[in-house]
Order: sequence, then structure tokens, then C-alpha cells
Amino acid sequence: MKHQKDKIVKYLKIQSRTENLSKVRKFVSDAAKKFGFDEDEINHIALAVDEACTNIIRHAYENQGDKIIEIHLLTSNNSFEVRIIDYGKPFEPEKIRKPDLKHHLERYNKGGLGMFLMRSLMDKVEYQINKNNHNEVRLIKKLNK
Amino acid sequence: MNDFKIKIREQSDVQIIDLKGYLDAHTASEFEQTMQKLINEKKFNILVNCKNLSYISSAGLGVFMAYIEEVRKYKGDIKLANMPPKIYNVFDILGFPLIYEIYNNEEEALKKFLKKS
Repeated sequence: MKHQKDKIVKYLKIQSRTENLSKVRKFVSDAAKKFGFDEDEINHIALAVDEACTNIIRHAYENQGDKIIEIHLLTSNNSFEVRIIDYGKPFEPEKIRKPDLKHHLERYNKGGLGMFLMRSLMDKVEYQINKNNHNEVRLIKKLNK
Repeated sequence: MNDFKIKIREQSDVQIIDLKGYLDAHTASEFEQTMQKLINEKKFNILVNCKNLSYISSAGLGVFMAYIEEVRKYKGDIKLANMPPKIYNVFDILGFPLIYEIYNNEEEALKKFLKKS
């Protein structure tokens, strides 16, 4: 019989500074562990969320450290979802394609690497840009057990 | 909070950088400064020992990318060694093993540098 997990919602609000990334990783890792993911999966989720927050700090907020990033965790059945919300500059993910490493070595672009990592590490990455004056990234991973 | 440390050693004209802890967007600038300093000093044979590296994000990987062309232009290289599986996993996802030489241990990487010179 498949064990049904209760839907839990957790929330973390941080200021848009890179020094807070470790706090975000711990918050997400603890929840992912509790949900039942193995160590590799926990590392992957934490990295994907770090990349999303780093992109927000650097691009949406252009390194202004006094802005807000909200991180919501939602779980249901086997789905673990991290919603990351910012109120900065809208971001256009379709402009970023899979990084071509040869090309990267010629034209150094770190933003694309983070995006590519997020898509590789998670089952689903969705963007909702400029929705009611905020941007939202949804990172979803399924628990296969 | 500073969960990241860098040490530099020199052996047979190779600069060995020991990375320890968490290399993310917060700590990448420290690593970047270290690399820049070596390059300013014309030290282009760089071996990064990742044995105690616990975490890397694209901000850290970007530092490797930023300097590889320049060191190779001067006949040097950035080689990596002692990479824990979870760090290798991130390098692998991005296809970095095609660009960087990654060795099981420091001795192997040092031999490759010495062979060349």
C-alpha cells in the first residue's frame, strides 16, 4: 500500500544576499530529508534552489542586498515543490538555452549554467514571470518510492 | 559565517590550491581573487585539490571557466584532483570532464604537469 504523505507547507523569507544562501540550502535540505529523499536527491534539490536564488540576487535584484526572496515548500503525495518568489526585474528563461561549453569558454556566461543545472537536477522547472508584480520559479521533484 | 577556506601550496612549480567547504555565489569571489592573484604572478600551473570541498554551485564552476583559457594560452593548465563523488556529479552534469583533466589524486595530476614541462 502506498503511503500517502500529508501536504505540508513551510516558508522562509530572506534578504537578497548571497550570505543567506547557506540558510536556504539548510532549510530546503532539512525538509527534503524529512520528506524521504536520499542524500543525492537532497543535494540536488538544495543546489537547484541555490541556483534559483543566486539568479534572483544577481539578475532580478542586480545585487541589491535589501530585497526580499520568499521560499515556499509544498508537498503532496510524492511531489516536493519549492516555489521561489521575488519582486525584482522580470526574467526571461526562454532566452537562456543549454550552455554550449565551447561557446561558454569564449563567452563567459555563468547565468546559463545555473539554469541548466536547475533543469537537470529537478523533474520540472516552471517560471511565472511578472504575475501580480512578482516572479515565481517552481522547482518540482518526485519521490520515487 | 564563513564556511569556505582556501590554502595554496607550491610543489615543483605547480600551485596547489586546497579548497575546503562550501563554494557558492557568496564564497566564489574569494576563489576568484586567489586565481587572479596566481595569474598576475604568472603562475599558470594550477592544481585544485577538491578533497575537502563539500559543495559547489555554478558560481564556483564559473571561476574555473573564467581562467582556463588564459592559463592555457600561457601553456599552463587548471587540473583537478581528489574530487568527492557529489562534486564530480555537478561537474559531470555540465560536461566539464570534457574540458578539465580530473585525477584521482594529487600525485597523478602533478605527474601530468611535470611530463609537460
